[in-house]
Amino acid sequence: MSEQNQNGRRVGEVILDLQNISLRFGGVKALTDISFNVKEHEIRAIIGPNGAGKSSMLNVINGVYHPQEGRIVFHGEERKKMEPHMAATQGIARTFQNIALFKGMSVLDNIMTGRITKMKCGFLEQALYLGRAQKEELAHREKVEEVIDFLEIQHIRKTPVGRLPYGLQKRVELGRALAAEPSLLLLDEPMAGMNVEEKQDMCRFILDVNDQFGTTIVLIEHDMGVVMDISDRVVVLDYGKKIGDGTPDDVRNNQEVISAYLGVAH
Amino acid sequence: MPEVASSQAAHTRNLTGETFPRLLFHHAQVRGQHPAMREKHLGIWQTWTWAEVAENVRALACGLAELGFKRGDNLAIIGDNRPRLYMTMAAVQSLGGVPVPLYQDAVANEMLFVLQDAGIRFAIVEDQEQVDKLLEVREQLPQLDHIIYDDPRGMRHYNQPFIHDIEAVMAMGRIHHQNHPDFLEREIEQGVTTDTGVMLYTSGTTGKPKGVCLAHQAFIAAAKGGCQFDQLTQDEDILSYLPMAWVGDHLFSFAQALVAGFTINCPESGDTVMTDLREIGPTYYFAPPRVFENLLTQVMIRMEDAGAIKRKLFAWAMDVAKRCGAEILDGKPVSGSDRLAYAVANLLVIGPLKNVLGMSRIRVAYTAGAAIGPDLFRFYRSIGVNLKQLYGQTETCAYVCLQPDGQIKLDSVGKPAPGVEVKIADNGEILVKGPMLLKEYYQRPDATAEAINGEGYFMTGDAGFFDEDGHLKIIDRAKDVGKMANGAMFAPNYIENKLKFFQYVKEAVAFGNGREQVCAFINIDMGAVGNWAERRGISYSGYTDLAAKPDVYNLIQECVEEVNAQLVHDGMLADSQIHRFLILHKELDPDDDELTRTRKVRRNFVSEKYAVLIDAFYAGKTSQFIETQVKFEDGRVGKVAADLVIRDAKTFPVVRQAA
Repeated sequence: MSEQNQNGRRVGEVILDLQNISLRFGGVKALTDISFNVKEHEIRAIIGPNGAGKSSMLNVINGVYHPQEGRIVFHGEERKKMEPHMAATQGIARTFQNIALFKGMSVLDNIMTGRITKMKCGFLEQALYLGRAQKEELAHREKVEEVIDFLEIQHIRKTPVGRLPYGLQKRVELGRALAAEPSLLLLDEPMAGMNVEEKQDMCRFILDVNDQFGTTIVLIEHDMGVVMDISDRVVVLDYGKKIGDGTPDDVRNNQEVISAYLGVAH
Repeated sequence: MPEVASSQAAHTRNLTGETFPRLLFHHAQVRGQHPAMREKHLGIWQTWTWAEVAENVRALACGLAELGFKRGDNLAIIGDNRPRLYMTMAAVQSLGGVPVPLYQDAVANEMLFVLQDAGIRFAIVEDQEQVDKLLEVREQLPQLDHIIYDDPRGMRHYNQPFIHDIEAVMAMGRIHHQNHPDFLEREIEQGVTTDTGVMLYTSGTTGKPKGVCLAHQAFIAAAKGGCQFDQLTQDEDILSYLPMAWVGDHLFSFAQALVAGFTINCPESGDTVMTDLREIGPTYYFAPPRVFENLLTQVMIRMEDAGAIKRKLFAWAMDVAKRCGAEILDGKPVSGSDRLAYAVANLLVIGPLKNVLGMSRIRVAYTAGAAIGPDLFRFYRSIGVNLKQLYGQTETCAYVCLQPDGQIKLDSVGKPAPGVEVKIADNGEILVKGPMLLKEYYQRPDATAEAINGEGYFMTGDAGFFDEDGHLKIIDRAKDVGKMANGAMFAPNYIENKLKFFQYVKEAVAFGNGREQVCAFINIDMGAVGNWAERRGISYSGYTDLAAKPDVYNLIQECVEEVNAQLVHDGMLADSQIHRFLILHKELDPDDDELTRTRKVRRNFVSEKYAVLIDAFYAGKTSQFIETQVKFEDGRVGKVAADLVIRDAKTFPVVRQAA
């Protein structure tokens, strides 16, 4: 069953359930006993001060880190130990806090790499560009062009990524993630270092992705205005522990969250 | 029986008179498979043949009729150059309505006046952004019944019954056409050539914009004259990238395309124009001087980053081109050795350069809208681009004077175009008469009477004169031409244009009417001056900072003094030398109402807004503090403050010949 939430989104069933996750690096506790879930089609934000464990949380979700304790249930199936590329084939795509693009390659080629998990032809077929490979490449190219059109970056299609300003590189990275046609999109600080106008554009793209493709989005962001505006539910982490979870309004009024952000008078 | 006679007369008039819809369906018959429009979609150029365009126009027109569009209704078109927006124009004309294109980058409140003035019932817009603008002011537009959008992105949640997808309207139209197969033919038959074909609003440099009603016959006459003048055929390719609301685009991309039957190409987006230009390689091209200047600046900046050998080769080729390129283009006698050098330069540098600029195939290129710098003009002609100037207004379908091939003068706008009569009034104002004149200003008989005199001449408001070869030279707006305190003529535009010909000067505003001396505001060109500063290791944080640098002031002072040196030789304008100048702390901007949307200075507004600076000029101050409000693109408002330095420039003594 789906219902309309306060932002007019049709939020569905729980698709990702994290139960009692603990992650340690040697003696350092990165995450301690964290539980929350993500529902289909929603925009879920993870916030918290520096070093709260936000990026670690994303890395747990897409299989880079393996928590020592806890269960991860994705689309109803409990996840065994797995590699990040398996997360990608399961429909999880992400962008990175520090842009991780191929600087020397064009925008088009960079986004094309997002299609890698969807390519079926073998290395030899692709190298020789035989019948099946050609047809497949054309289909992938069309998909990539749709992403380029969607993100309004036609004018830089053939430009090497390294020559682009920061805001546009961020957009290209989102493009690469979108090219994988993910059902769950993880965004690690998509708006860090952007000016107001670029932030507005990025917000619009995130909302459009969610609206048009029905993509579920988990994002980490520091700009509270952005988080409160676009997300449906917010998880707050501090020192690897969950200290708040709920709608933006709930979280805004949560005393523990306020203390974590503003400090407490002693 | 008089009744029969008159209806017969009306009938024959209908069949012989050309209208744009008739031209369209004529092309669909005689060159149905020839490409009429192209647009790049998902990275691939898509083509519509004339037959397909006709089918689309029919579907659109029938769909609009189904929605209740009536003969005489005005329909607003708001958006970038899109094939379906051009098709809408023809569809509306087929139904006897009038398309009213608006500048798509205007904010909602700026559009409001035109939408109200034209009594818009229907609007066809490009995308969500434009729909949002209309919804923002909808309460003030009680007569607006339907909004139709071209691009469905982001429109899923707009479920208001008066908002329609253009696809749905066309589907409705196709069904309508099946049920009433001769409906549209009958509608087109009812159209007469004296009907208003399009309404274009003046930019409103002075007062409120006025709707200029231009009849089918006026634009067809202007388009035919132009096509004949430059021998344009159905094989031309043109890139349609200038605002649809602008008379020039309507002439080139709509009227001439429909008269000659050539192909228009719509860019993928506003940012891709350069790439698209290169891919299409138009044969016929129009751009305001600003675009030609930007292209050249980009080339020069990139050349400065090239290696030493390449730079030398480029400099040599440009020397050769400067020496004989324009002469070769004009078919004038050139020595054999120069011809050989030019051929080599063409092979190595000029040809590839033209290719990069997308100008390899250009037969005819025009520029207008503002004065073009002599160096800039000469550069394009020297590399073999047949760049010419023309002169016209919205009220004359942008068709008054054209430069004939082979008779190019840098400072004139050419000879009166075929069918156009040009006369100079006693006060120097240019008067024109011909078939291309406006029918009237929309619901403004007072303004119409003011603009067209008793003998049927349209008063352009420009001052000019004919030179010894019969070429028209424009000095300035007639009303801007003033007198200085000593009675000498003061033509601010003339001075400002001379300043703007320097690549470092983006905008200039000169003052001097009724004063002893001429003073000027300068806006530096951020790109050119920024690059200049970088090469000299001058660091700066932004426009305001760069504009205040003493080195930049020195640079601009050189420009001003060179203009003064030129003005000395200009006889009646020799007293207009610039005595004092300052560099403004912010760029003049249409968002702050300082420029019109076509980037012309709103002189009165600027002089009121910056009155404190003008007073400082004439009070002899050497600096003045000013704080100015600026509007950002997202609608927020901020403040820029600076202490502006005022400099004196060197002037030259005027040598008067004894009378």
